[in-house]
Amino acid sequence: MSEIVLPDDPGFGPEVQIDYPGYRSTRLRAPTRALVTLPEELHALDGPVFGEDAIEEFDGDLTRQHAGEPLGERIVVSGRVLDEDGRPVRGALIEVWQANAAGRYHHIVDQHPAPLDPNFSGGGRVLTDKEGNYRFVTIKPGSYPWGNHENAWRPAHIHFSVFAGAFTQRHVTQRYFPGDPLFAFDPIFHAVRDPKARELLISQFDLATTTPDWALGFRWDIVLGRGGAGTTPMEEPAS
Amino acid sequence: MTKTPSQTVGPYYAIGLSRRVQNELVPPDDPSAVVLRGELLDGEGTPITDGLIEVWEPVERRWGRCGTHPVDGRPGGSFSFVISIPEARPGHAPHLEIYVHARGLLKHQRTRMYFPDELDANAADPVLAGLAEADRARLVAAREDGGLRFDIHMQGARETVFFAT
Repeated sequence: MSEIVLPDDPGFGPEVQIDYPGYRSTRLRAPTRALVTLPEELHALDGPVFGEDAIEEFDGDLTRQHAGEPLGERIVVSGRVLDEDGRPVRGALIEVWQANAAGRYHHIVDQHPAPLDPNFSGGGRVLTDKEGNYRFVTIKPGSYPWGNHENAWRPAHIHFSVFAGAFTQRHVTQRYFPGDPLFAFDPIFHAVRDPKARELLISQFDLATTTPDWALGFRWDIVLGRGGAGTTPMEEPAS
Repeated sequence: MTKTPSQTVGPYYAIGLSRRVQNELVPPDDPSAVVLRGELLDGEGTPITDGLIEVWEPVERRWGRCGTHPVDGRPGGSFSFVISIPEARPGHAPHLEIYVHARGLLKHQRTRMYFPDELDANAADPVLAGLAEADRARLVAAREDGGLRFDIHMQGARETVFFAT
């Protein structure tokens, strides 16, 4: 196990260790040379902005994309997108994808012998509102085995992709559920070497977000880098 | 506040990230259209068949993305875009900003692609000027079949230059 999960190291800060050896796929894919730093004015470039036309009906409710309801525990997944100064990032496009309740992705490459759910595709997208809030309705994804090492299982997670105003605010991560017993054994989670930073990937159960008689609620905020000197707070999304 | 750490897109991003064809930054019948093709390769030169390439042209604000999974007419590990050569900001050479995502990349990686016919502009570009000559050459696309080719090497002797984000 020691090769899979390395000891905590707060020296890495919130940055993930891109060549983390416990995650086998990094070995031939993680860049080996030092990254080149661009001048500030080029670093803080504007990025693509997406408007309401990027969103279709039911994109924010993964339980309503098919004729019937998916099996599993219905949940509300919400939170805010903020920058490092705590300012809300509005009009950010959030895209999500996840396994179904049985731990199976609706994807041709996923051959895990758990059932597919004809009523669940597992993909969604929303824009953040003026306060940076986002909200999805979905079902709780299952854990699943993967081939990284003997008896390897991923903690339950939802993949998040974010486009905000600045090119360097592009962000892709995974958000987890509180108290998952698989955290201790997962190299992707532990590739964030600082235990405090790892906590930032874990959503929190929230009774206020929980919808009575309907769905458990989980909160999770996403903090992005600053937009940069050349970037003003985002304009209203184009209609 | 502390930034949220990155995690890999994993192999199944297509569920969330590819609802429609998004690899045309300009229409294919546009007079300025140029086809850009390339391969995404790992440290042993093996095509990465579950990657995702995102292209951003910041001056004219055109964006696109393309998965490297095999599709009709395109083998696994390869990507293609329809682009046009963008305007450049003053003092800089025209280029595309590129993000690479894949299983095994715990954080996406940023690179840039420059154009082979822009010799003077490339020679004067401040970002290219800051690189060693071999690295400069690696960021310039090649001409191929009337279009352009730009391969991305994650590692190895021809490892692409990646920029901090």
